[in-house]
Amino acid sequence: MLTSLLSGDLPRSRVLTWILLAILVGLAFAPFLFPGTRSLNTAATICIFIVLVASYDLLLGYTGVVSFAHTMFYGIGAYGVAIVLDLWPASWSGVLLGTLAGLAVSVALAFVIALFSLRVRAIFFAMVTLAVASAFMILASQLPELTGGEDGLSYRVPRELGPAFKLIEARPFDVKIDGRLLNYYLVFFSSAGLFLLLLRFVNAPFGRVLQAIRENAFRAEAIGYRTVIYRTIAVCLSAGVASLAGSLMAIWLKYTGPDTTLSLGIMIDILLMLVIGGMGSIYGAVLGATIFILARNYLQDLMGIASSALGDLPLLPHLVDPDRWLLWLGVLFILSVYFFPSGIVGRLRAGR
Amino acid sequence: MTDRTASPNETAVSSAPLIERIGVWIPFVLVPLFVIVGYALIGSVPAWATLTLAGLAMGMMIFVMASGLTLVFGLMDILNFGHGAFISIGAFVGATVLLQATSLTGVDSTLLNLGAVLPAILAAMLVAGGLGYFFERVIVRPVYGAHLKQILVTMGGLIVAEELIRLIWGPNEIPLPRPEALKGAWIFGTVAIEKYRVYAVVLGLAIFAALVWVLGRTRIGLLIRAGVENGEMVEALGYRIRLVFILVFVAGSALAGLGGVMWGLYEQIITATMGLDILVLVFIVVIIGGLGSVQGCFIGALLVGLMANYTGYLVPKLALGSNILLMVAVLMWRPQGLLPVNKQ
Repeated sequence: MLTSLLSGDLPRSRVLTWILLAILVGLAFAPFLFPGTRSLNTAATICIFIVLVASYDLLLGYTGVVSFAHTMFYGIGAYGVAIVLDLWPASWSGVLLGTLAGLAVSVALAFVIALFSLRVRAIFFAMVTLAVASAFMILASQLPELTGGEDGLSYRVPRELGPAFKLIEARPFDVKIDGRLLNYYLVFFSSAGLFLLLLRFVNAPFGRVLQAIRENAFRAEAIGYRTVIYRTIAVCLSAGVASLAGSLMAIWLKYTGPDTTLSLGIMIDILLMLVIGGMGSIYGAVLGATIFILARNYLQDLMGIASSALGDLPLLPHLVDPDRWLLWLGVLFILSVYFFPSGIVGRLRAGR
Repeated sequence: MTDRTASPNETAVSSAPLIERIGVWIPFVLVPLFVIVGYALIGSVPAWATLTLAGLAMGMMIFVMASGLTLVFGLMDILNFGHGAFISIGAFVGATVLLQATSLTGVDSTLLNLGAVLPAILAAMLVAGGLGYFFERVIVRPVYGAHLKQILVTMGGLIVAEELIRLIWGPNEIPLPRPEALKGAWIFGTVAIEKYRVYAVVLGLAIFAALVWVLGRTRIGLLIRAGVENGEMVEALGYRIRLVFILVFVAGSALAGLGGVMWGLYEQIITATMGLDILVLVFIVVIIGGLGSVQGCFIGALLVGLMANYTGYLVPKLALGSNILLMVAVLMWRPQGLLPVNKQ
């Protein structure tokens, strides 16, 4: 049962199993274990980013294709929901319509980009996606009547997902059972479902072909697999899942703007999460996203304390300034590409 | 590597010889064609002249930055996302020198202004070149031959460099006023010609001519071209291709630094993220021109510069997407770029 749920891809390391279980329990009972708005928000962000990073892993880790447009698809999903909920009164059919519209646009756009850049050389894809994504970001801020421009869109979600909605009056463990909690569990279960779906994809024969293409595209072609078609399908799949993750984020945040969905900064975050967590294993996304988001939300406080503790020393306080944490992550990123290309998960699995 | 498709020369054999002979020249007439079509669409001489000059200046600056990237790719098969870092670092170093020398840049004397701009350019090229050497040695060298890792590692290098700029020069954008001699415009009747753009075009042309001369007429250029076509054979003939690699990488980085200074003076403001922003244009140019080709890169850069300025005037909403559309159109027509390099 468990094996078939995980598509036969068990963690294969005792430490990894325990960490994953801890993350699963922590996320599943987050509203009860860590009450408070900030921690619930952190938990929801982790859920969504696990899906987002896992869908990126399908491309980077399994297929060996570098894309810089992943946030674009994420943003399309988010804006799909946001625009529909902004134009019409909040309803479930609106949420569904927005999600599906975002999904359709993402997959279609991914298909077009993949078709004309992967056809030539796979590395064109990295450059083309970077260009398209940055153009799309500017486009979103240039159409204020539709996307709200730089300010983004704030909108209402269906009443059942807001804090005003009471499911039951009882307060188990002193936690209000309200719409906010429902919203969290919508995010949690959707993310879990999408994650298991991705796990299914990469462990199916389809996923094996992708890995074969990553290892040696020429040989995969020679065996008889049309690499262009497989790569294109992988790009479309990953764009579709990213778009769904974006829709979830839009429902959770009740706000969608260029900085929270489209910016290249988020793209770099995704890259860092995946490489540090572990490319080529969907579990790497879980570890990477969890560690990264916890670090961003809580480690930066620590850096701030360290920075003020160092006081007037030259340069040192600036080096540990909370705003400079990307510097250290960048260094960690480079080192992990050299020395642990399979990331934390790869290390744990090898050291069994 | 393994996913190399057949070169167009092999696939185009069956087509009619006359069309093929004309087809070879099409990339070279594209730029004049663009200028003529631009005039037909704009219809007013002063606007057209200003936009054409702005487009050419922008194209020249992008060419200066992109030439190194395309040569490095052609010679070493390295896609260097860190190239953006050289652009930003060059701009910041150049700006630091220029802002120090306000006593030289503030007065309206070409000679004194030159005394500030030349050291700024030299410093920018030296620092960017030095950073390039470090980059090649420390960051790129361990990942030769692995595209995926190259993209990741050089992107990581770009992130770190961007953060280092914020660390050293502070997180805010820095305004960079032009020296007096570069300000203003010459007026011919109704046509205003901005001085700085003319200088940028002249400098860009000079660099293009120098590159073509070095690549086409000198021994080192011969080695570089041979290395692009078949590095192993050059090595087998007894040349240490590694040294050529390093030379090209450092020279390309220095050119990126120069381009950064030019761009900073053009926009009159510099930010830590400018490298990544320009890198997008540089990639479009390199793809349009054909990876590894300096001439193709030159044509691509001018097309991109003209396209951006013409559409910015005619249909401002389309300005951002226009270069992407240009790239798509070129890739549909010639998947390997305008002037592809025949690699063995």
